[in-house]
Amino acid sequence: MSRKPYVPTLPNTWWLEKPLYIRYMLRELTSFFVGAYVAILIVGLWHLSQGPEAWGGFMSALSHPLAVVFHVIALAFSVYHTVTWFALTPRTTPIMRGDQFVPAAPIIGAQYVIWAVASIVVLVAVLW
Amino acid sequence: MTDHKTFTLEVLRYNPESDDVPHVQSFTVPYEEDWVVLDALNWVKDNVDGSLTYRWSCHMAVCGSCGIMVNNEPVLSCKAFLRDYLAGGNTKITVGALKNFPIEKDLVIVMDSFMEKLEAVKPWIIRTSERPVEDGTFTQLPKQLMRFKRHTMCINCLLCYAACPQVGLNPGFIGPAALALAHRYNLDSRDQGKELRKDVTASHDGVWECTFVSACSEVCPKDVEPAGAIQEQKIESSIDWALDHLMPGRKSR
Repeated sequence: MSRKPYVPTLPNTWWLEKPLYIRYMLRELTSFFVGAYVAILIVGLWHLSQGPEAWGGFMSALSHPLAVVFHVIALAFSVYHTVTWFALTPRTTPIMRGDQFVPAAPIIGAQYVIWAVASIVVLVAVLW
Repeated sequence: MTDHKTFTLEVLRYNPESDDVPHVQSFTVPYEEDWVVLDALNWVKDNVDGSLTYRWSCHMAVCGSCGIMVNNEPVLSCKAFLRDYLAGGNTKITVGALKNFPIEKDLVIVMDSFMEKLEAVKPWIIRTSERPVEDGTFTQLPKQLMRFKRHTMCINCLLCYAACPQVGLNPGFIGPAALALAHRYNLDSRDQGKELRKDVTASHDGVWECTFVSACSEVCPKDVEPAGAIQEQKIESSIDWALDHLMPGRKSR
Protein backbone atom coordinates (compact mmCIF):
# COMPACT_ATOMS: atom_id res chain seq x y z
CA MET A 1 0.00 0.00 0.00
CA SER A 2 1.35 3.41 -0.91
CA ARG A 3 1.46 6.17 1.67
CA LYS A 4 -0.52 9.40 1.33
CA PRO A 5 0.24 11.63 4.33
CA TYR A 6 -1.84 14.76 4.76
CA VAL A 7 0.45 17.80 4.92
CA PRO A 8 -1.10 20.64 6.95
CA THR A 9 -0.17 24.30 6.45
CA LEU A 10 0.09 26.90 9.19
CA PRO A 11 -2.51 29.64 8.63
CA ASN A 12 -1.34 33.28 8.77
CA THR A 13 -3.58 33.72 11.81
CA TRP A 14 -1.58 31.15 13.86
CA TRP A 15 -0.51 33.85 16.32
CA LEU A 16 -4.12 34.59 17.28
CA GLU A 17 -4.66 31.01 18.48
CA LYS A 18 -3.09 31.25 21.93
CA PRO A 19 -2.43 34.03 24.47
CA LEU A 20 1.26 32.97 24.54
CA TYR A 21 1.59 33.58 20.78
CA ILE A 22 -0.21 36.96 21.05
CA ARG A 23 2.13 38.06 23.85
CA TYR A 24 5.08 36.96 21.71
CA MET A 25 3.86 38.95 18.70
CA LEU A 26 3.31 42.01 20.91
CA ARG A 27 6.89 41.64 22.15
CA GLU A 28 8.10 41.49 18.53
CA LEU A 29 6.03 44.61 17.73
CA THR A 30 7.76 46.55 20.52
CA SER A 31 10.92 46.61 18.37
CA PHE A 32 9.17 49.02 15.97
CA PHE A 33 8.41 51.53 18.72
CA VAL A 34 11.83 51.19 20.33
CA GLY A 35 13.46 51.66 16.89
CA ALA A 36 11.24 54.64 16.01
CA TYR A 37 12.02 56.30 19.34
CA VAL A 38 15.75 55.86 18.79
CA ALA A 39 15.41 57.32 15.27
CA ILE A 40 13.62 60.41 16.68
CA LEU A 41 16.37 60.75 19.30
CA ILE A 42 19.06 60.68 16.59
CA VAL A 43 17.16 63.30 14.55
CA GLY A 44 16.99 65.42 17.73
CA LEU A 45 20.76 65.13 18.24
CA TRP A 46 21.31 66.20 14.65
CA HIS A 47 19.09 69.27 15.20
CA LEU A 48 21.03 70.06 18.36
CA SER A 49 24.25 70.16 16.34
CA GLN A 50 22.64 72.66 13.90
CA GLY A 51 22.26 75.40 16.48
CA PRO A 52 19.61 76.83 18.86
CA GLU A 53 17.07 77.63 16.11
CA ALA A 54 17.00 74.07 14.72
CA TRP A 55 16.82 72.66 18.26
CA GLY A 56 13.89 74.96 19.09
CA GLY A 57 12.05 73.82 15.98
CA PHE A 58 12.63 70.18 16.92
CA MET A 59 11.35 70.79 20.47
CA SER A 60 8.19 72.50 19.23
CA ALA A 61 7.56 69.60 16.82
CA LEU A 62 7.80 67.23 19.81
CA SER A 63 5.07 69.12 21.65
CA HIS A 64 2.60 68.43 18.82
CA PRO A 65 -0.29 66.28 20.18
CA LEU A 66 0.51 63.46 17.73
CA ALA A 67 4.13 63.40 18.91
CA VAL A 68 2.95 63.25 22.52
CA VAL A 69 0.55 60.40 21.73
CA PHE A 70 3.35 58.51 19.94
CA HIS A 71 5.69 58.92 22.90
CA VAL A 72 3.09 57.67 25.37
CA ILE A 73 2.48 54.58 23.21
CA ALA A 74 6.24 54.12 22.70
CA LEU A 75 6.77 54.32 26.46
CA ALA A 76 4.13 51.62 27.07
CA PHE A 77 5.71 49.31 24.46
CA SER A 78 9.22 50.01 25.79
CA VAL A 79 8.13 49.03 29.30
CA TYR A 80 6.51 45.84 27.89
CA HIS A 81 9.71 45.15 25.91
CA THR A 82 11.85 45.58 29.03
CA VAL A 83 9.67 43.56 31.37
CA THR A 84 9.27 40.61 28.96
CA TRP A 85 13.00 40.45 28.16
CA PHE A 86 13.90 40.70 31.85
CA ALA A 87 11.57 37.76 32.46
CA LEU A 88 13.34 35.69 29.76
CA THR A 89 16.88 36.35 30.99
CA PRO A 90 17.07 33.33 33.36
CA ARG A 91 16.56 31.18 30.23
CA THR A 92 19.27 32.86 28.14
CA THR A 93 21.88 33.16 30.88
CA PRO A 94 21.57 30.44 33.50
CA ILE A 95 24.01 31.11 36.34
CA MET A 96 25.50 28.33 38.44
CA ARG A 97 26.46 28.79 42.05
CA GLY A 98 28.25 25.80 43.47
CA ASP A 99 26.47 22.69 42.22
CA GLN A 100 23.09 24.37 41.60
CA PHE A 101 21.53 26.89 39.24
CA VAL A 102 20.61 30.29 40.69
CA PRO A 103 16.76 30.48 40.76
CA ALA A 104 15.00 32.79 38.27
CA ALA A 105 13.74 35.38 40.77
CA PRO A 106 17.13 36.84 41.84
CA ILE A 107 18.29 37.05 38.20
CA ILE A 108 15.14 38.92 37.17
CA GLY A 109 15.22 41.06 40.33
CA ALA A 110 18.86 42.05 39.80
CA GLN A 111 17.96 43.55 36.44
CA TYR A 112 15.30 45.76 38.02
CA VAL A 113 17.87 46.89 40.61
CA ILE A 114 20.37 47.75 37.85
CA TRP A 115 17.57 49.50 35.92
CA ALA A 116 16.65 51.60 38.97
CA VAL A 117 20.27 52.47 39.76
CA ALA A 118 20.96 53.43 36.13
CA SER A 119 17.82 55.59 36.06
CA ILE A 120 18.84 57.38 39.27
CA VAL A 121 22.36 57.99 37.93
CA VAL A 122 20.95 59.46 34.70
CA LEU A 123 18.43 61.60 36.62
CA VAL A 124 21.12 62.91 38.98
CA ALA A 125 23.44 63.66 36.02
CA VAL A 126 20.67 65.55 34.22
CA LEU A 127 19.47 67.55 37.26
CA TRP A 128 22.92 68.32 38.69
CA MET B 1 -16.22 17.71 41.41
CA THR B 2 -17.29 16.61 37.98
CA ASP B 3 -20.22 14.20 37.88
CA HIS B 4 -20.16 13.25 34.20
CA LYS B 5 -21.37 9.80 33.28
CA THR B 6 -20.18 10.27 29.71
CA PHE B 7 -18.49 12.96 27.66
CA THR B 8 -17.94 13.73 23.96
CA LEU B 9 -14.55 12.94 22.48
CA GLU B 10 -14.06 14.77 19.18
CA VAL B 11 -11.30 13.13 17.18
CA LEU B 12 -9.68 14.63 14.08
CA ARG B 13 -9.52 11.62 11.78
CA TYR B 14 -7.71 11.04 8.50
CA ASN B 15 -7.74 7.88 6.46
CA PRO B 16 -5.20 8.09 3.60
CA GLU B 17 -7.11 5.41 1.67
CA SER B 18 -10.39 7.34 1.51
CA ASP B 19 -9.81 10.95 2.63
CA ASP B 20 -8.16 13.99 1.08
CA VAL B 21 -8.46 16.12 4.22
CA PRO B 22 -8.96 15.27 7.90
CA HIS B 23 -12.47 15.38 9.37
CA VAL B 24 -13.92 15.40 12.88
CA GLN B 25 -15.66 12.34 14.32
CA SER B 26 -17.44 12.42 17.69
CA PHE B 27 -17.59 9.56 20.16
CA THR B 28 -19.57 9.30 23.39
CA VAL B 29 -17.17 7.90 25.97
CA PRO B 30 -17.73 6.88 29.60
CA TYR B 31 -16.11 9.14 32.16
CA GLU B 32 -13.85 7.73 34.86
CA GLU B 33 -12.17 10.06 37.29
CA ASP B 34 -8.77 8.40 37.06
CA TRP B 35 -8.77 8.16 33.27
CA VAL B 36 -6.44 10.08 30.98
CA VAL B 37 -7.21 10.94 27.34
CA LEU B 38 -5.22 7.88 26.25
CA ASP B 39 -7.62 5.66 28.26
CA ALA B 40 -10.55 7.25 26.42
CA LEU B 41 -8.88 6.58 23.05
CA ASN B 42 -8.24 2.96 24.09
CA TRP B 43 -11.91 2.62 25.11
CA VAL B 44 -13.04 3.86 21.68
CA LYS B 45 -10.64 1.51 19.90
CA ASP B 46 -11.73 -1.49 22.01
CA ASN B 47 -15.49 -0.82 22.00
CA VAL B 48 -16.52 1.39 19.08
CA ASP B 49 -14.04 1.70 16.22
CA GLY B 50 -11.01 -0.60 15.98
CA SER B 51 -9.64 1.44 13.08
CA LEU B 52 -8.86 4.45 15.29
CA THR B 53 -5.08 4.83 14.93
CA TYR B 54 -2.67 6.40 17.43
CA ARG B 55 0.72 5.70 18.97
CA TRP B 56 1.30 4.79 22.59
CA SER B 57 3.42 2.46 24.66
CA CYS B 58 4.31 3.02 28.31
CA HIS B 59 1.28 4.94 29.68
CA MET B 60 3.61 6.65 32.19
CA ALA B 61 5.16 9.67 30.45
CA VAL B 62 8.45 7.94 29.72
CA CYS B 63 8.33 6.60 26.16
CA GLY B 64 7.28 9.81 24.40
CA SER B 65 5.01 8.01 21.91
CA CYS B 66 1.55 9.33 22.74
CA GLY B 67 1.90 13.06 22.04
CA ILE B 68 -1.26 14.55 20.49
CA MET B 69 -3.14 17.85 20.45
CA VAL B 70 -5.78 17.95 23.20
CA ASN B 71 -8.00 21.04 22.98
CA ASN B 72 -5.36 22.45 20.60
CA GLU B 73 -2.50 22.08 23.11
CA PRO B 74 0.30 19.56 22.52
CA VAL B 75 0.33 17.09 25.44
CA LEU B 76 1.20 13.50 26.26
CA SER B 77 -2.23 11.82 26.16
CA CYS B 78 -1.12 9.53 29.03
CA LYS B 79 -0.60 12.57 31.24
CA ALA B 80 -3.77 14.46 30.25
CA PHE B 81 -6.40 13.67 32.90
CA LEU B 82 -10.04 13.85 31.72
CA ARG B 83 -11.03 15.52 35.00
CA ASP B 84 -8.82 18.52 34.22
CA TYR B 85 -10.55 19.08 30.86
CA LEU B 86 -14.11 18.36 32.01
CA ALA B 87 -14.07 20.63 35.07
CA GLY B 88 -16.49 23.55 35.17
CA GLY B 89 -19.30 21.90 33.19
CA ASN B 90 -17.32 21.14 30.03
CA THR B 91 -18.55 17.98 28.34
CA LYS B 92 -16.28 17.89 25.28
CA ILE B 93 -12.63 17.17 24.60
CA THR B 94 -11.10 17.57 21.13
CA VAL B 95 -8.05 15.61 20.03
CA GLY B 96 -5.97 15.68 16.87
CA ALA B 97 -2.57 14.75 15.50
CA LEU B 98 0.42 16.87 16.60
CA LYS B 99 0.65 20.12 14.66
CA ASN B 100 3.43 20.96 12.20
CA PHE B 101 3.83 17.35 11.04
CA PRO B 102 2.32 15.45 8.10
CA ILE B 103 -0.47 13.12 9.26
CA GLU B 104 0.05 9.46 8.36
CA LYS B 105 -3.35 8.34 9.68
CA ASP B 106 -5.69 9.72 12.38
CA LEU B 107 -3.42 10.73 15.30
CA VAL B 108 -0.23 9.24 13.87
CA ILE B 109 2.25 11.76 12.46
CA VAL B 110 5.13 11.26 10.02
CA MET B 111 8.26 11.95 12.08
CA ASP B 112 10.92 11.10 9.48
CA SER B 113 12.03 14.74 9.25
CA PHE B 114 12.69 14.85 13.00
CA MET B 115 14.76 11.66 12.89
CA GLU B 116 16.97 13.23 10.19
CA LYS B 117 17.35 16.46 12.20
CA LEU B 118 18.18 14.52 15.37
CA GLU B 119 20.87 12.52 13.58
CA ALA B 120 22.27 15.70 12.00
CA VAL B 121 23.21 17.21 15.40
CA LYS B 122 25.19 14.07 16.38
CA PRO B 123 23.55 13.50 19.78
CA TRP B 124 26.23 11.29 21.23
CA ILE B 125 29.58 11.82 22.95
CA ILE B 126 32.24 12.58 20.35
CA ARG B 127 35.94 12.22 21.23
CA THR B 128 38.58 13.69 18.98
CA SER B 129 41.32 12.26 21.20
CA GLU B 130 40.97 8.71 22.48
CA ARG B 131 41.66 8.05 26.14
CA PRO B 132 43.66 4.90 26.95
CA VAL B 133 41.84 2.35 29.10
CA GLU B 134 44.64 2.41 31.69
CA ASP B 135 43.82 6.09 32.35
CA GLY B 136 40.60 4.92 33.98
CA THR B 137 37.06 6.19 33.74
CA PHE B 138 35.95 9.72 32.98
CA THR B 139 35.07 11.55 36.17
CA GLN B 140 32.50 14.31 36.30
CA LEU B 141 31.78 16.71 39.14
CA PRO B 142 28.16 17.16 40.32
CA LYS B 143 28.16 20.72 38.98
CA GLN B 144 29.41 19.53 35.58
CA LEU B 145 26.53 17.05 35.46
CA MET B 146 24.01 19.62 36.70
CA ARG B 147 25.02 22.01 33.89
CA PHE B 148 23.41 19.77 31.23
CA LYS B 149 21.30 17.25 33.16
CA ARG B 150 17.88 18.79 32.45
CA HIS B 151 18.50 18.55 28.70
CA THR B 152 19.11 14.80 29.04
CA MET B 153 15.49 14.31 30.13
CA CYS B 154 14.17 14.69 26.55
CA ILE B 155 12.01 11.75 25.43
CA ASN B 156 11.65 12.91 21.78
CA CYS B 157 7.88 13.25 22.18
CA LEU B 158 7.84 16.19 19.72
CA LEU B 159 5.39 18.31 21.72
CA CYS B 160 7.91 21.17 21.34
CA TYR B 161 7.81 20.88 17.55
CA ALA B 162 4.00 21.02 17.62
CA ALA B 163 4.12 24.13 19.84
CA CYS B 164 6.77 25.99 17.81
CA PRO B 165 5.39 28.34 15.12
CA GLN B 166 8.84 28.56 13.53
CA VAL B 167 8.74 24.80 12.86
CA GLY B 168 5.36 25.30 11.20
CA LEU B 169 6.58 28.24 9.11
CA ASN B 170 10.00 26.77 8.19
CA PRO B 171 9.92 22.97 7.93
CA GLY B 172 13.73 22.92 7.56
CA PHE B 173 14.29 24.35 11.06
CA ILE B 174 16.31 21.85 13.10
CA GLY B 175 13.89 22.56 15.95
CA PRO B 176 13.78 22.66 19.76
CA ALA B 177 14.43 19.05 20.86
CA ALA B 178 17.33 18.37 18.47
CA LEU B 179 19.02 21.69 19.31
CA ALA B 180 18.55 21.10 23.06
CA LEU B 181 20.17 17.68 22.68
CA ALA B 182 23.05 19.19 20.68
CA HIS B 183 23.53 21.63 23.55
CA ARG B 184 23.35 18.79 26.07
CA TYR B 185 26.36 17.09 24.44
CA ASN B 186 28.22 20.39 23.85
CA LEU B 187 27.97 21.06 27.60
CA ASP B 188 29.13 17.56 28.59
CA SER B 189 32.66 17.73 30.00
CA ARG B 190 33.48 14.38 28.32
CA ASP B 191 32.50 15.59 24.85
CA GLN B 192 34.80 17.12 22.21
CA GLY B 193 32.31 17.36 19.32
CA LYS B 194 31.12 20.94 19.62
CA GLU B 195 32.97 22.15 16.52
CA LEU B 196 31.49 19.31 14.45
CA ARG B 197 27.93 20.10 15.59
CA LYS B 198 28.31 23.80 14.78
CA ASP B 199 28.02 23.06 11.05
CA VAL B 200 24.36 22.28 11.75
CA THR B 201 23.50 24.14 14.97
CA ALA B 202 24.98 27.50 13.90
CA SER B 203 23.67 27.24 10.33
CA HIS B 204 20.69 29.16 8.95
CA ASP B 205 18.34 26.27 9.77
CA GLY B 206 19.91 25.94 13.22
CA VAL B 207 19.60 28.22 16.24
CA TRP B 208 19.16 31.38 14.11
CA GLU B 209 15.79 30.19 12.84
CA CYS B 210 14.50 30.45 16.42
CA THR B 211 12.78 33.70 17.41
CA PHE B 212 12.45 32.85 21.12
CA VAL B 213 8.70 32.28 21.25
CA SER B 214 9.48 29.95 24.21
CA ALA B 215 6.43 27.76 23.56
CA CYS B 216 8.77 24.71 23.41
CA SER B 217 9.86 25.08 27.03
CA GLU B 218 6.29 25.80 28.15
CA VAL B 219 4.87 22.54 26.75
CA CYS B 220 7.80 20.21 27.58
CA PRO B 221 6.49 17.39 29.79
CA LYS B 222 9.98 16.62 31.12
CA ASP B 223 11.08 20.18 32.02
CA VAL B 224 13.77 20.31 29.39
CA GLU B 225 14.63 23.91 28.50
CA PRO B 226 14.96 23.96 24.68
CA ALA B 227 14.32 27.73 24.41
CA GLY B 228 17.14 28.46 26.84
CA ALA B 229 19.47 25.92 25.20
CA ILE B 230 18.97 27.60 21.83
CA GLN B 231 19.54 31.14 23.17
CA GLU B 232 22.75 29.99 24.89
CA GLN B 233 23.96 28.61 21.56
CA LYS B 234 23.07 31.90 19.83
CA ILE B 235 25.26 33.76 22.32
CA GLU B 236 28.14 31.31 21.73
CA SER B 237 27.70 31.56 17.97
CA SER B 238 27.75 35.38 18.13
CA ILE B 239 30.94 35.37 20.22
CA ASP B 240 32.51 32.97 17.69
CA TRP B 241 31.55 35.29 14.84
CA ALA B 242 32.95 38.35 16.62
CA LEU B 243 36.23 36.62 17.54
CA ASP B 244 36.65 35.38 13.95
CA HIS B 245 36.46 38.97 12.74
CA LEU B 246 38.60 40.47 15.51
CA MET B 247 41.38 37.88 15.57
CA PRO B 248 43.02 37.17 12.21
CA GLY B 249 43.99 33.55 11.87
CA ARG B 250 41.40 32.29 14.34
CA LYS B 251 39.61 29.50 12.61
CA SER B 252 36.21 28.72 13.96
CA ARG B 253 33.98 26.49 11.89
